[in-house]
Amino acid sequence: MTTLDRTLRSFLLTELVSGFALTLKYMFKPKVTLNYPYEKGPLSPRFRGEHALRRYPSGEERCIACKLCEAICPAQAITIEAEPRADGSRRTTRYDIDMTKCIYCGLCQEACPVDAIVEGPNFEFATERRAEMIYSKQKLLDNGDRWEAELAMRQEADAPYR
Amino acid sequence: MAETRSETFTMNFGPQHPATHGVLRLVLDLSGEVVERADPHIGLLHRGTEKLIEYKTYMQALPYFDRLDYTSPMSEEHGFALAVEKLLGIEAPPRAQYIRAMYAEITRVLNHILNLTSYAMDVGAMTPILWGFEIRERGMELYERASGARMHANYFRPGGVACDLPAGLTDRIAVWCDEASAFIVDMERMLTGNRIFRQRTVDIGVIDEEDAIAWGFSGPCLRASGVPWDLRKAQPYDCYADLDFDIPVGKNGDCFDRYLVRVEEMRQSIRIIRQCLQKLPGGPVKVDDHKISPPPRAEMKRSMEALIHHFKLFTEGYHVPAGETYSAVEAPKGEFAVYLISDGTNRPYRCHIRSPGFAHLQATDKLSKGHMLADMTAIIGSLDIVFGEIDR
Repeated sequence: MTTLDRTLRSFLLTELVSGFALTLKYMFKPKVTLNYPYEKGPLSPRFRGEHALRRYPSGEERCIACKLCEAICPAQAITIEAEPRADGSRRTTRYDIDMTKCIYCGLCQEACPVDAIVEGPNFEFATERRAEMIYSKQKLLDNGDRWEAELAMRQEADAPYR
Repeated sequence: MAETRSETFTMNFGPQHPATHGVLRLVLDLSGEVVERADPHIGLLHRGTEKLIEYKTYMQALPYFDRLDYTSPMSEEHGFALAVEKLLGIEAPPRAQYIRAMYAEITRVLNHILNLTSYAMDVGAMTPILWGFEIRERGMELYERASGARMHANYFRPGGVACDLPAGLTDRIAVWCDEASAFIVDMERMLTGNRIFRQRTVDIGVIDEEDAIAWGFSGPCLRASGVPWDLRKAQPYDCYADLDFDIPVGKNGDCFDRYLVRVEEMRQSIRIIRQCLQKLPGGPVKVDDHKISPPPRAEMKRSMEALIHHFKLFTEGYHVPAGETYSAVEAPKGEFAVYLISDGTNRPYRCHIRSPGFAHLQATDKLSKGHMLADMTAIIGSLDIVFGEIDR
C-alpha cells in the first residue's frame, strides 16, 4: 500500500503541486517590501545610530570632558582634549569621533554621566569621502541641535530601564 | 621526456564564491566532476579577536563576541558572559537568566532560518530565502527593541543583561513566535518533500556516529548523526534546567538529516521561547553588585558612591579573580565555548574561543570525498559555516 501510495504521489507530482500552490497563495498576500527612502521600518527608542553631543536647554554644552567615553570605547574611536574655559569651567577643546572605527556598541552613551554623548536615531549618514566620517566637536554639537527633540524623547522613553 | 598526464586537476572553490558562505577558499582535487580531495584554506577573515581581547577590559571585550558568528550574536555573548560569571563566582538573577535563554533561542531560530534557506538556495530553491528574510527581519526587530541594534547587540553582560525588556515587548515576541511557526510550516512544505531538494541532499555527505564524534562535531551536525548530545540538557546553564524541550536526533547523518534536525530545533526553540514568556519572573536584570554591573543612572546622578562605582567601572573595569574556566554554550551551530584565563587583573590573560564551525569545516574532506562538485555546496550549506567565528 505504501509503495503504491508513494508511486502514485511521485507520478502525480503532489509535493511540487502543493509547493506551487503555496507560492501562488503568497503572490496574493499583501506585500511587505518597504519603498525605502519614502517608507522606513520601525525604530525603538534604544536604536543606536549616529552620535550627537547634546546641550542643556540653556544652550550650554553638557559634556564636561570626563573622558569616560574615551576610556570605555573598545574601538578607541573617540579623541578628547580638554582645558578650563575662560569662565573656569572644564570643557573639551577637541572631541573627535572616527566614525569609520566606531562599532556602535553604545558603551559611550552608557558611560556618559551627564547624557552628553548619545547615539541617535539617525542611520542615514553615509558620505562620499572617508574624511567626512571623522566627526569634529562642531559636527557632533550640530547633530545634537538637529536631533534634540527626538533625543530628549528617546531619553525619556527609555529612562525607567536604565 | 615522456609527457605526463595528471589524472586529477586542482581547482579553487571560493573565496569569492557565494556558496562558500563567506570567504572560504577550498582547493579541490577533481577527477572529472568527482571530488577526490577538498582542502579548506582559512584565515581570510582573521581579525585577531582573541589577541585584541587581551588588551580590553571585560566590558569592552563583549562587543567582539557579536562579531564572531554574526548570524547568532547573542549566543556568543552568552558564552563569554557565563565564563566571566564563573570566574567571578556570581550568578545572574532569575529574570536575566530567562531573558537570556529567550533571546538565545530567538537567536537560534534566526540563525537556522538564515542557514536553512540559504542552504536551500545553494541547492536550487530560491523561494524560501525570500520568505525567510521577512520573518528574520521581524526577529531582528525584537533584537533592536531590547538592545538597540539589529545584529551587534552587546546585550548579555556578565552578571545579567544590559537593561530590562521595554514594556510590551513580550507580547510582540509571542506574536512573532506564531509568525515563525507559520513560516516553518510553509518552509517545510516547500522543501522537505520536494524531490529536487531531496535528490540534492539525501545520502550526500554522510558521517556516522563514531566519525562525527572523532571529528569534533557538535550541535545539529552531531545530532543528525544520531548522537543525542545537547549542552542545554547535558550540562544545563542559566535556566535551561527548568525548561521543557526535546532534542531532535537524526538517523543517517547526511545533509538531509542535518536539515531536518535544524527544522525540528526551530520548533523546540519556539517552544522554549513560549515557556520563557510564561515563566518570566520579575525582579532585577543584573546583579546588585555595583563593582560588576553599573548602578542605575538615576542613582548614579544622585549618590556619590554610585558615581564612584560608575567611574571605576567605565575606566578601570572590574578585576576578575585569578583562575581559568572553560564554559560552553549550545550555540545554534554547536558547542561554542570560551576558555578564559584570568590573572587577577581587569583584563583577560588569555581568551581562547572554541568555535563549532572550525571543527565542522575540517571534516569537509571526509564528507565530500567521492561526491560530485555540485554536492560540495550542499555539504558546506548543511554544515552551517560562518567565517566570522572560524577565522576569529
